[in-house]
Amino acid sequence: MELSFYLIQLLNGIQFGFLLFLVASGLTLVFGIMDVINLAHGSFYMIGAYLAYWLTGIFGNLFLGILLAIPLAIAIGMAVEKLAIAYVYKKGHLHQVLLTYALILIFDEMQRFLWGNDSHSVDVPNLLSGSIPLTDIQVYPVYRLFISAVCIIIGIGMFYVIQKTKLGMRIRAGASNNEMVQALGINIERLFSIVFSLGVALAAFAGMIAVPVDSLYPGMGDNILIISLVVVVIGGIGSIKGAFVGAMIIGVSSIFGKTLLPDMASVIVYAMMAAILIWRPKGLFQAI
Amino acid sequence: MPSDISENNTPLIEARGLHTYYGDSHILHGIDLTIHRGETVSLIGRNGMGKTTTLRSLIGLTPPRQGTVKINGKDMTTSKVYKIVQQGIAYVPEDRGIFPNLSVNENLSMAARPGPNGREDWPLDHVLELFPRLAERLAFMGNQLSGGEQQMLTIGRALMTNPDLILLDEATEGLAPLLRKSIWSIVKEIKKAGIATIIVDRDIRTLLDIADRNIIIEKGVIVYEGNSEKLIAEPECLQKYVCV
Repeated sequence: MELSFYLIQLLNGIQFGFLLFLVASGLTLVFGIMDVINLAHGSFYMIGAYLAYWLTGIFGNLFLGILLAIPLAIAIGMAVEKLAIAYVYKKGHLHQVLLTYALILIFDEMQRFLWGNDSHSVDVPNLLSGSIPLTDIQVYPVYRLFISAVCIIIGIGMFYVIQKTKLGMRIRAGASNNEMVQALGINIERLFSIVFSLGVALAAFAGMIAVPVDSLYPGMGDNILIISLVVVVIGGIGSIKGAFVGAMIIGVSSIFGKTLLPDMASVIVYAMMAAILIWRPKGLFQAI
Repeated sequence: MPSDISENNTPLIEARGLHTYYGDSHILHGIDLTIHRGETVSLIGRNGMGKTTTLRSLIGLTPPRQGTVKINGKDMTTSKVYKIVQQGIAYVPEDRGIFPNLSVNENLSMAARPGPNGREDWPLDHVLELFPRLAERLAFMGNQLSGGEQQMLTIGRALMTNPDLILLDEATEGLAPLLRKSIWSIVKEIKKAGIATIIVDRDIRTLLDIADRNIIIEKGVIVYEGNSEKLIAEPECLQKYVCV
Protein backbone atom coordinates (compact mmCIF):
# COMPACT_ATOMS: atom_id res chain seq x y z
CA MET A 1 0.00 0.00 0.00
CA GLU A 2 1.13 3.48 -0.78
CA LEU A 3 2.13 6.14 1.68
CA SER A 4 -0.79 8.31 0.56
CA PHE A 5 -3.17 5.57 1.66
CA TYR A 6 -1.77 5.80 5.18
CA LEU A 7 -1.94 9.56 5.00
CA ILE A 8 -5.66 9.41 4.16
CA GLN A 9 -6.29 6.97 7.02
CA LEU A 10 -4.34 9.24 9.35
CA LEU A 11 -6.42 12.26 8.28
CA ASN A 12 -9.62 10.25 8.73
CA GLY A 13 -8.42 9.12 12.14
CA ILE A 14 -7.62 12.68 13.19
CA GLN A 15 -11.00 13.89 11.93
CA PHE A 16 -12.77 11.11 13.86
CA GLY A 17 -10.59 11.98 16.85
CA PHE A 18 -11.77 15.60 16.71
CA LEU A 19 -15.42 14.51 16.73
CA LEU A 20 -14.72 12.16 19.63
CA PHE A 21 -13.01 15.03 21.42
CA LEU A 22 -16.17 17.15 21.22
CA VAL A 23 -18.28 14.35 22.66
CA ALA A 24 -15.75 13.20 25.27
CA SER A 25 -14.88 16.69 26.52
CA GLY A 26 -18.49 17.22 27.59
CA LEU A 27 -18.58 13.81 29.22
CA THR A 28 -15.34 14.39 31.10
CA LEU A 29 -16.44 17.87 32.27
CA VAL A 30 -19.73 16.58 33.63
CA PHE A 31 -18.01 13.62 35.27
CA GLY A 32 -14.99 15.54 36.59
CA ILE A 33 -16.72 18.69 37.80
CA MET A 34 -20.20 17.57 38.74
CA ASP A 35 -19.23 13.99 39.65
CA VAL A 36 -22.14 12.84 37.53
CA ILE A 37 -21.90 9.78 35.29
CA ASN A 38 -24.14 10.64 32.38
CA LEU A 39 -24.68 7.54 30.27
CA ALA A 40 -27.19 9.50 28.18
CA HIS A 41 -24.38 11.70 26.88
CA GLY A 42 -24.21 9.69 23.66
CA SER A 43 -27.94 10.22 23.21
CA PHE A 44 -27.27 13.94 22.75
CA TYR A 45 -24.92 13.08 19.89
CA MET A 46 -27.81 11.13 18.36
CA ILE A 47 -30.34 13.89 19.10
CA GLY A 48 -28.04 16.44 17.47
CA ALA A 49 -27.66 14.26 14.38
CA TYR A 50 -31.39 13.60 13.99
CA LEU A 51 -32.33 17.25 14.62
CA ALA A 52 -29.85 18.35 11.94
CA TYR A 53 -31.18 15.67 9.55
CA TRP A 54 -34.80 16.68 10.20
CA LEU A 55 -34.25 20.45 9.90
CA THR A 56 -32.00 20.06 6.85
CA GLY A 57 -34.86 18.09 5.25
CA ILE A 58 -37.29 20.92 5.95
CA PHE A 59 -35.09 23.85 4.95
CA GLY A 60 -32.95 22.12 2.34
CA ASN A 61 -29.71 23.47 3.79
CA LEU A 62 -27.41 21.69 6.25
CA PHE A 63 -25.90 24.86 7.69
CA LEU A 64 -29.31 26.37 8.36
CA GLY A 65 -30.42 23.02 9.78
CA ILE A 66 -27.45 22.97 12.18
CA LEU A 67 -27.96 26.61 13.13
CA LEU A 68 -31.55 25.88 14.15
CA ALA A 69 -30.73 22.52 15.72
CA ILE A 70 -28.14 23.94 18.17
CA PRO A 71 -30.57 25.96 20.34
CA LEU A 72 -33.09 23.11 20.23
CA ALA A 73 -30.49 20.59 21.42
CA ILE A 74 -29.34 22.93 24.20
CA ALA A 75 -32.97 23.44 25.28
CA ILE A 76 -33.46 19.66 25.44
CA GLY A 77 -30.24 19.34 27.43
CA MET A 78 -31.24 22.05 29.91
CA ALA A 79 -34.66 20.45 30.35
CA VAL A 80 -33.06 17.06 31.02
CA GLU A 81 -30.71 18.65 33.56
CA LYS A 82 -33.50 20.49 35.39
CA LEU A 83 -36.08 17.69 35.30
CA ALA A 84 -33.89 14.65 35.85
CA ILE A 85 -30.13 15.00 36.43
CA ALA A 86 -30.44 17.73 39.09
CA TYR A 87 -32.20 15.21 41.35
CA VAL A 88 -29.29 12.78 41.40
CA TYR A 89 -26.31 15.13 41.93
CA LYS A 90 -25.92 14.04 45.53
CA LYS A 91 -27.36 10.55 45.22
CA GLY A 92 -24.23 8.81 44.05
CA HIS A 93 -23.18 7.02 40.92
CA LEU A 94 -25.62 4.10 41.11
CA HIS A 95 -28.65 6.42 40.96
CA GLN A 96 -27.03 8.39 38.17
CA VAL A 97 -26.28 5.29 36.12
CA LEU A 98 -29.82 3.96 36.55
CA LEU A 99 -31.44 7.28 35.70
CA THR A 100 -29.29 8.07 32.69
CA TYR A 101 -29.63 4.51 31.39
CA ALA A 102 -33.40 5.01 31.53
CA LEU A 103 -32.90 8.24 29.58
CA ILE A 104 -31.02 6.30 26.87
CA LEU A 105 -33.99 3.93 26.51
CA ILE A 106 -36.43 6.84 26.36
CA PHE A 107 -34.40 8.74 23.76
CA ASP A 108 -33.85 5.60 21.65
CA GLU A 109 -37.58 4.84 21.68
CA MET A 110 -38.41 8.43 20.78
CA GLN A 111 -35.96 8.25 17.90
CA ARG A 112 -37.63 5.06 16.58
CA PHE A 113 -41.07 6.59 17.04
CA LEU A 114 -40.19 9.79 15.19
CA TRP A 115 -37.82 8.58 12.48
CA GLY A 116 -38.20 4.80 12.34
CA ASN A 117 -35.65 2.01 12.18
CA ASP A 118 -34.19 2.80 8.75
CA SER A 119 -30.86 4.48 8.49
CA HIS A 120 -30.72 7.90 6.90
CA SER A 121 -28.11 10.18 5.46
CA VAL A 122 -27.64 13.77 4.42
CA ASP A 123 -25.64 14.91 1.39
CA VAL A 124 -22.51 16.95 1.83
CA PRO A 125 -23.42 20.59 1.09
CA ASN A 126 -22.40 21.69 -2.42
CA LEU A 127 -20.11 24.34 -1.07
CA LEU A 128 -17.94 21.72 0.63
CA SER A 129 -18.50 18.74 -1.64
CA GLY A 130 -15.18 18.96 -3.46
CA SER A 131 -11.94 17.15 -2.76
CA ILE A 132 -8.31 18.08 -2.53
CA PRO A 133 -5.75 16.02 -4.45
CA LEU A 134 -3.18 14.38 -2.20
CA THR A 135 -1.25 12.57 -4.95
CA ASP A 136 -1.87 11.94 -8.66
CA ILE A 137 -4.63 9.45 -7.90
CA GLN A 138 -5.62 10.02 -4.27
CA VAL A 139 -7.97 12.80 -3.17
CA TYR A 140 -9.30 13.89 0.20
CA PRO A 141 -12.84 15.25 0.75
CA VAL A 142 -13.04 18.92 1.73
CA TYR A 143 -15.94 18.29 4.14
CA ARG A 144 -13.75 16.12 6.37
CA LEU A 145 -11.14 18.86 6.52
CA PHE A 146 -13.97 21.26 7.34
CA ILE A 147 -15.02 19.06 10.29
CA SER A 148 -11.46 19.08 11.61
CA ALA A 149 -11.16 22.85 11.18
CA VAL A 150 -14.46 23.54 12.99
CA CYS A 151 -13.47 21.20 15.83
CA ILE A 152 -10.09 22.97 16.17
CA ILE A 153 -11.88 26.33 16.44
CA ILE A 154 -14.31 24.98 19.06
CA GLY A 155 -11.44 23.35 20.94
CA ILE A 156 -9.53 26.66 21.07
CA GLY A 157 -12.72 28.45 22.16
CA MET A 158 -13.30 25.92 24.91
CA PHE A 159 -9.67 26.18 26.05
CA TYR A 160 -10.05 29.96 26.20
CA VAL A 161 -13.26 29.81 28.25
CA ILE A 162 -11.89 27.22 30.69
CA GLN A 163 -8.43 28.77 31.12
CA LYS A 164 -8.94 32.48 30.71
CA THR A 165 -12.41 33.50 31.89
CA LYS A 166 -13.89 33.91 35.36
CA LEU A 167 -16.51 31.30 34.45
CA GLY A 168 -13.70 28.91 33.53
CA MET A 169 -11.88 29.58 36.81
CA ARG A 170 -15.07 28.85 38.72
CA ILE A 171 -15.65 25.66 36.74
CA ARG A 172 -12.11 24.49 37.52
CA ALA A 173 -12.52 25.50 41.16
CA GLY A 174 -15.77 23.50 41.26
CA ALA A 175 -13.86 20.46 40.03
CA SER A 176 -11.59 20.54 43.08
CA ASN A 177 -13.85 21.78 45.91
CA ASN A 178 -17.45 22.61 45.16
CA GLU A 179 -18.37 23.31 48.80
CA MET A 180 -15.80 26.10 48.89
CA VAL A 181 -17.13 27.48 45.61
CA GLN A 182 -20.57 27.82 47.21
CA ALA A 183 -19.10 29.33 50.36
CA LEU A 184 -17.63 32.07 48.15
CA GLY A 185 -21.12 33.09 47.08
CA ILE A 186 -21.23 31.30 43.75
CA ASN A 187 -24.43 29.58 42.67
CA ILE A 188 -23.11 26.07 42.14
CA GLU A 189 -26.39 24.80 40.71
CA ARG A 190 -26.27 27.37 37.96
CA LEU A 191 -22.61 26.57 37.36
CA PHE A 192 -23.50 22.87 37.05
CA SER A 193 -26.36 23.71 34.71
CA ILE A 194 -23.97 25.70 32.49
CA VAL A 195 -21.41 22.88 32.47
CA PHE A 196 -24.06 20.30 31.64
CA SER A 197 -25.52 22.44 28.85
CA LEU A 198 -22.05 23.06 27.48
CA GLY A 199 -21.44 19.30 27.45
CA VAL A 200 -24.76 18.64 25.73
CA ALA A 201 -24.10 21.35 23.16
CA LEU A 202 -20.69 19.88 22.32
CA ALA A 203 -22.03 16.32 21.93
CA ALA A 204 -25.05 17.43 19.92
CA PHE A 205 -22.93 19.64 17.67
CA ALA A 206 -20.57 16.73 17.00
CA GLY A 207 -23.59 14.67 15.93
CA MET A 208 -24.84 17.46 13.67
CA ILE A 209 -21.59 18.14 11.91
CA ALA A 210 -20.94 14.41 11.40
CA VAL A 211 -24.25 13.82 9.63
CA PRO A 212 -22.88 14.04 6.05
CA VAL A 213 -20.01 11.60 6.74
CA ASP A 214 -21.79 9.18 9.08
CA SER A 215 -25.23 7.69 8.50
CA LEU A 216 -28.01 8.05 11.06
CA TYR A 217 -29.27 4.84 12.62
CA PRO A 218 -31.05 3.67 15.77
CA GLY A 219 -28.64 3.29 18.69
CA MET A 220 -25.95 5.46 17.11
CA GLY A 221 -25.62 7.30 20.44
CA ASP A 222 -24.75 4.10 22.30
CA ASN A 223 -21.73 3.38 20.12
CA ILE A 224 -20.33 6.87 20.49
CA LEU A 225 -20.98 6.76 24.27
CA ILE A 226 -18.90 3.64 24.79
CA ILE A 227 -15.99 4.87 22.75
CA SER A 228 -16.19 8.29 24.46
CA LEU A 229 -16.08 6.61 27.87
CA VAL A 230 -12.90 4.88 26.71
CA VAL A 231 -11.49 8.28 25.71
CA VAL A 232 -12.37 9.78 29.11
CA VAL A 233 -10.79 6.90 31.01
CA ILE A 234 -7.62 7.06 28.91
CA GLY A 235 -7.32 10.82 29.14
CA GLY A 236 -8.07 11.02 32.87
CA ILE A 237 -11.49 11.88 34.27
CA GLY A 238 -12.14 15.62 34.26
CA SER A 239 -9.22 16.51 31.99
CA ILE A 240 -9.96 18.40 28.76
CA LYS A 241 -6.37 17.97 27.65
CA GLY A 242 -6.72 14.26 28.38
CA ALA A 243 -9.95 14.10 26.37
CA PHE A 244 -8.10 15.61 23.42
CA VAL A 245 -5.10 13.27 23.57
CA GLY A 246 -7.33 10.26 24.32
CA ALA A 247 -9.65 11.13 21.43
CA MET A 248 -6.72 11.37 19.02
CA ILE A 249 -5.26 8.04 20.19
CA ILE A 250 -8.60 6.29 19.91
CA GLY A 251 -9.66 8.07 16.70
CA VAL A 252 -6.49 7.18 14.83
CA SER A 253 -6.15 3.64 16.20
CA SER A 254 -9.81 2.89 15.53
CA ILE A 255 -9.62 4.03 11.89
CA PHE A 256 -6.33 2.18 11.27
CA GLY A 257 -7.80 -0.86 13.00
CA LYS A 258 -10.83 -0.83 10.73
CA THR A 259 -8.76 -0.67 7.56
CA LEU A 260 -5.75 -2.78 8.44
CA LEU A 261 -7.22 -5.37 10.82
CA PRO A 262 -11.00 -5.27 10.25
CA ASP A 263 -11.58 -8.47 12.24
CA MET A 264 -9.79 -7.05 15.24
CA ALA A 265 -11.03 -3.46 14.92
CA SER A 266 -13.29 -3.35 17.96
CA VAL A 267 -10.70 -5.08 20.14
CA ILE A 268 -7.92 -2.65 19.29
CA VAL A 269 -9.61 0.28 21.04
CA TYR A 270 -10.03 -1.66 24.28
CA ALA A 271 -6.55 -3.17 24.06
CA MET A 272 -5.25 0.39 23.78
CA MET A 273 -7.24 1.39 26.85
CA ALA A 274 -5.96 -1.61 28.84
CA ALA A 275 -2.36 -0.85 27.85
CA ILE A 276 -2.64 2.79 28.91
CA LEU A 277 -4.36 1.92 32.19
CA ILE A 278 -1.61 -0.55 33.09
CA TRP A 279 0.90 2.24 32.51
CA ARG A 280 -1.17 5.10 34.01
CA PRO A 281 -4.06 3.71 36.11
CA LYS A 282 -5.65 7.16 36.57
CA GLY A 283 -5.39 8.08 32.91
CA LEU A 284 -2.88 10.28 31.11
CA PHE A 285 -3.74 13.63 32.71
CA GLN A 286 -5.12 15.01 35.95
CA ALA A 287 -8.45 16.81 36.15
CA ILE A 288 -8.49 20.42 34.94
CA MET B 1 -15.47 53.70 58.76
CA PRO B 2 -18.24 53.55 56.11
CA SER B 3 -21.28 55.55 57.15
CA ASP B 4 -23.70 52.61 56.96
CA ILE B 5 -21.83 50.91 59.80
CA SER B 6 -22.58 53.64 62.28
CA GLU B 7 -26.11 54.19 61.04
CA ASN B 8 -27.29 50.61 60.82
CA ASN B 9 -27.90 49.02 64.19
CA THR B 10 -29.42 45.77 62.92
CA PRO B 11 -27.07 42.93 63.89
CA LEU B 12 -25.09 41.40 61.05
CA ILE B 13 -25.96 37.98 62.36
CA GLU B 14 -28.58 36.99 64.86
CA ALA B 15 -28.77 33.25 65.49
CA ARG B 16 -31.34 31.86 67.90
CA GLY B 17 -31.60 28.36 69.34
CA LEU B 18 -29.41 26.56 66.79
CA HIS B 19 -29.49 22.78 67.02
CA THR B 20 -27.18 21.15 64.51
CA TYR B 21 -26.50 17.48 63.90
CA TYR B 22 -24.00 15.41 61.96
CA GLY B 23 -26.11 12.38 61.12
CA ASP B 24 -27.37 11.21 64.50
CA SER B 25 -24.80 13.14 66.54
CA HIS B 26 -26.32 16.18 68.17
CA ILE B 27 -23.53 18.79 68.05
CA LEU B 28 -25.07 22.19 68.80
CA HIS B 29 -27.61 22.38 71.62
CA GLY B 30 -29.34 25.70 71.20
CA ILE B 31 -26.67 28.27 70.29
CA ASP B 32 -27.66 31.94 70.51
CA LEU B 33 -25.23 34.28 68.82
CA THR B 34 -25.37 37.94 67.82
CA ILE B 35 -22.65 39.69 65.85
CA HIS B 36 -22.69 43.43 65.24
CA ARG B 37 -21.03 45.39 62.49
CA GLY B 38 -17.30 45.85 62.89
CA GLU B 39 -17.16 43.59 65.94
CA THR B 40 -14.31 41.13 66.51
CA VAL B 41 -15.54 38.07 68.37
CA SER B 42 -13.53 35.07 69.48
CA LEU B 43 -15.06 31.62 69.64
CA ILE B 44 -13.19 29.61 72.24
CA GLY B 45 -13.49 26.00 73.31
CA ARG B 46 -11.71 22.68 73.28
CA ASN B 47 -11.64 20.39 70.25
CA GLY B 48 -14.97 18.89 69.27
CA MET B 49 -17.07 21.36 71.27
CA GLY B 50 -18.85 22.77 68.23
CA LYS B 51 -16.85 25.83 67.18
CA THR B 52 -16.48 24.83 63.52
CA THR B 53 -20.06 23.52 63.45
CA THR B 54 -21.28 26.88 64.72
CA LEU B 55 -19.51 28.69 61.91
CA ARG B 56 -20.78 26.18 59.32
CA SER B 57 -24.33 26.41 60.67
CA LEU B 58 -24.37 30.20 60.35
CA ILE B 59 -23.80 30.02 56.58
CA GLY B 60 -25.79 26.85 55.92
CA LEU B 61 -22.87 24.54 55.09
CA THR B 62 -24.16 22.33 57.89
CA PRO B 63 -27.73 23.59 58.19
CA PRO B 64 -29.26 23.63 61.67
CA ARG B 65 -32.28 21.36 62.22
CA GLN B 66 -33.81 23.82 64.65
CA GLY B 67 -33.39 27.51 65.26
CA THR B 68 -33.14 30.61 63.09
CA VAL B 69 -30.33 32.57 61.51
CA LYS B 70 -31.10 36.18 60.62
CA ILE B 71 -28.61 38.10 58.54
CA ASN B 72 -29.05 41.86 58.42
CA GLY B 73 -32.45 41.24 59.98
CA LYS B 74 -33.52 38.85 57.22
CA ASP B 75 -34.34 35.23 58.05
CA MET B 76 -31.89 33.16 56.01
CA THR B 77 -32.15 29.86 57.95
CA THR B 78 -33.27 27.78 54.99
CA SER B 79 -31.50 29.77 52.29
CA LYS B 80 -28.83 28.28 50.08
CA VAL B 81 -25.20 28.74 51.09
CA TYR B 82 -24.33 31.07 48.21
CA LYS B 83 -27.30 33.35 48.97
CA ILE B 84 -26.38 33.52 52.67
CA VAL B 85 -22.76 34.46 52.05
CA GLN B 86 -23.79 36.99 49.40
CA GLN B 87 -25.24 38.98 52.29
CA GLY B 88 -21.63 39.88 53.06
CA ILE B 89 -20.07 36.90 54.79
CA ALA B 90 -16.78 35.27 53.89
CA TYR B 91 -15.67 31.90 55.22
CA VAL B 92 -12.06 30.92 55.85
CA PRO B 93 -12.28 27.21 56.65
CA GLU B 94 -9.93 25.25 58.84
CA ASP B 95 -8.58 23.31 55.85
CA ARG B 96 -8.26 26.62 53.95
CA GLY B 97 -10.10 25.33 50.89
CA ILE B 98 -7.49 26.57 48.44
CA PHE B 99 -8.12 25.46 44.86
CA PRO B 100 -4.90 23.56 44.14
CA ASN B 101 -5.48 23.54 40.38
CA LEU B 102 -5.85 27.33 40.16
CA SER B 103 -3.02 29.85 40.31
CA VAL B 104 -2.80 32.34 43.17
CA ASN B 105 -4.12 35.03 40.83
CA GLU B 106 -7.03 32.80 39.79
CA ASN B 107 -7.80 31.76 43.38
CA LEU B 108 -8.25 35.45 44.16
CA SER B 109 -9.92 36.58 40.94
CA MET B 110 -12.51 33.80 40.81
CA ALA B 111 -13.98 34.99 44.09
CA ALA B 112 -14.12 38.70 43.22
CA ARG B 113 -17.51 40.30 43.62
CA PRO B 114 -18.94 43.50 45.01
CA GLY B 115 -20.09 43.35 48.62
CA PRO B 116 -23.59 44.17 49.87
CA ASN B 117 -24.64 47.63 48.64
CA GLY B 118 -22.21 47.24 45.74
CA ARG B 119 -19.14 48.15 47.79
CA GLU B 120 -15.79 47.39 46.13
CA ASP B 121 -13.28 48.26 48.85
CA TRP B 122 -11.04 45.29 48.14
CA PRO B 123 -9.92 45.10 44.52
CA LEU B 124 -7.02 42.76 43.71
CA ASP B 125 -4.40 45.55 44.05
CA HIS B 126 -5.58 46.39 47.53
CA VAL B 127 -5.55 42.74 48.63
CA LEU B 128 -2.05 42.30 47.23
CA GLU B 129 -0.85 45.37 49.15
CA LEU B 130 -1.89 43.59 52.31
CA PHE B 131 -0.17 40.38 51.17
CA PRO B 132 3.05 41.33 49.33
CA ARG B 133 4.07 37.69 49.55
CA LEU B 134 1.12 36.66 47.39
CA ALA B 135 1.93 39.45 44.92
CA GLU B 136 5.31 37.77 44.38
CA ARG B 137 3.68 34.40 43.78
CA LEU B 138 0.70 35.25 41.55
CA ALA B 139 1.57 32.62 38.96
CA PHE B 140 2.15 29.82 41.51
CA MET B 141 -0.49 27.12 41.68
CA GLY B 142 -2.48 26.80 44.91
CA ASN B 143 -0.73 23.54 45.80
CA GLN B 144 2.73 25.08 45.43
CA LEU B 145 2.27 27.39 48.41
CA SER B 146 3.48 26.91 51.97
CA GLY B 147 0.91 26.63 54.77
CA GLY B 148 1.35 30.28 55.72
CA GLU B 149 0.98 31.45 52.14
CA GLN B 150 -2.13 29.32 51.78
CA GLN B 151 -3.62 30.97 54.84
CA MET B 152 -2.81 34.39 53.40
CA LEU B 153 -4.41 33.34 50.13
CA THR B 154 -7.58 32.14 51.79
CA ILE B 155 -7.89 35.39 53.79
CA GLY B 156 -7.10 37.40 50.67
CA ARG B 157 -9.74 35.46 48.75
CA ALA B 158 -12.26 36.20 51.50
CA LEU B 159 -11.48 39.92 51.21
CA MET B 160 -12.04 39.80 47.43
CA THR B 161 -15.74 39.23 48.20
CA ASN B 162 -15.87 42.62 50.00
CA PRO B 163 -17.40 41.11 53.13
CA ASP B 164 -18.91 42.71 56.22
CA LEU B 165 -18.00 39.65 58.27
CA ILE B 166 -15.25 37.05 57.99
CA LEU B 167 -15.51 33.68 59.73
CA LEU B 168 -11.91 32.66 60.48
CA ASP B 169 -11.64 29.03 61.50
CA GLU B 170 -8.29 28.07 63.07
CA ALA B 171 -6.69 31.27 61.87
CA THR B 172 -3.08 30.33 62.65
CA GLU B 173 -3.29 26.53 63.01
CA GLY B 174 -0.10 24.71 62.09
CA LEU B 175 1.89 27.84 61.24
CA ALA B 176 5.39 28.77 62.37
CA PRO B 177 5.54 31.54 65.04
CA LEU B 178 6.70 34.22 62.62
CA LEU B 179 3.89 33.46 60.18
CA ARG B 180 1.38 33.36 63.02
CA LYS B 181 2.50 36.86 63.94
CA SER B 182 1.97 38.12 60.41
CA ILE B 183 -1.50 36.51 60.19
CA TRP B 184 -2.45 38.22 63.45
CA SER B 185 -1.27 41.57 62.16
CA ILE B 186 -3.45 41.02 59.08
CA VAL B 187 -6.40 40.22 61.34
CA LYS B 188 -5.75 43.54 63.08
CA GLU B 189 -5.73 45.31 59.70
CA ILE B 190 -9.07 43.69 58.88
CA LYS B 191 -10.44 44.90 62.19
CA LYS B 192 -9.14 48.38 61.46
CA ALA B 193 -10.96 48.30 58.12
CA GLY B 194 -14.24 47.89 59.99
CA ILE B 195 -14.88 44.28 58.94
CA ALA B 196 -16.40 42.10 61.65
CA THR B 197 -14.77 38.73 62.37
CA ILE B 198 -15.55 35.59 64.29
CA ILE B 199 -12.21 33.98 65.04
CA VAL B 200 -11.50 30.45 66.20
CA ASP B 201 -7.93 29.85 67.30
CA ARG B 202 -5.87 28.13 69.97
CA ASP B 203 -3.71 31.15 70.70
CA ILE B 204 -6.03 32.38 73.46
CA ARG B 205 -3.71 35.17 74.64
CA THR B 206 -3.61 36.85 71.22
CA LEU B 207 -7.33 36.24 70.74
CA LEU B 208 -8.09 38.02 74.01
CA ASP B 209 -5.85 40.85 72.92
CA ILE B 210 -7.70 41.33 69.61
CA ALA B 211 -11.32 40.38 70.38
CA ASP B 212 -13.98 42.84 71.50
CA ARG B 213 -16.01 39.98 72.87
CA ASN B 214 -15.27 36.33 73.69
CA ILE B 215 -17.61 33.38 73.57
CA ILE B 216 -16.78 30.02 75.12
CA ILE B 217 -18.49 26.92 73.78
CA GLU B 218 -18.66 23.69 75.75
CA LYS B 219 -20.38 20.62 74.30
CA GLY B 220 -22.46 22.65 71.86
CA VAL B 221 -23.66 25.19 74.44
CA ILE B 222 -22.43 28.75 75.02
CA VAL B 223 -21.18 28.75 78.60
CA TYR B 224 -19.53 32.14 78.77
CA GLU B 225 -19.72 35.46 76.98
CA GLY B 226 -17.86 38.65 77.81
CA ASN B 227 -15.16 41.13 76.87
CA SER B 228 -11.50 40.31 77.25
CA GLU B 229 -10.92 42.28 80.45
CA LYS B 230 -13.74 40.40 82.10
CA LEU B 231 -12.44 37.05 80.93
CA ILE B 232 -8.85 37.81 81.95
CA ALA B 233 -10.19 38.67 85.39
CA GLU B 234 -11.68 35.18 85.60
CA PRO B 235 -8.71 32.86 84.94
CA GLU B 236 -10.57 29.96 86.55
CA CYS B 237 -13.13 30.16 83.75
CA LEU B 238 -10.49 29.80 81.02
CA GLN B 239 -8.83 27.08 83.07
CA LYS B 240 -12.09 25.16 83.34
CA TYR B 241 -13.21 25.33 79.73
CA VAL B 242 -10.03 25.72 77.72
CA CYS B 243 -7.38 24.37 80.10
CA VAL B 244 -5.11 27.44 79.83
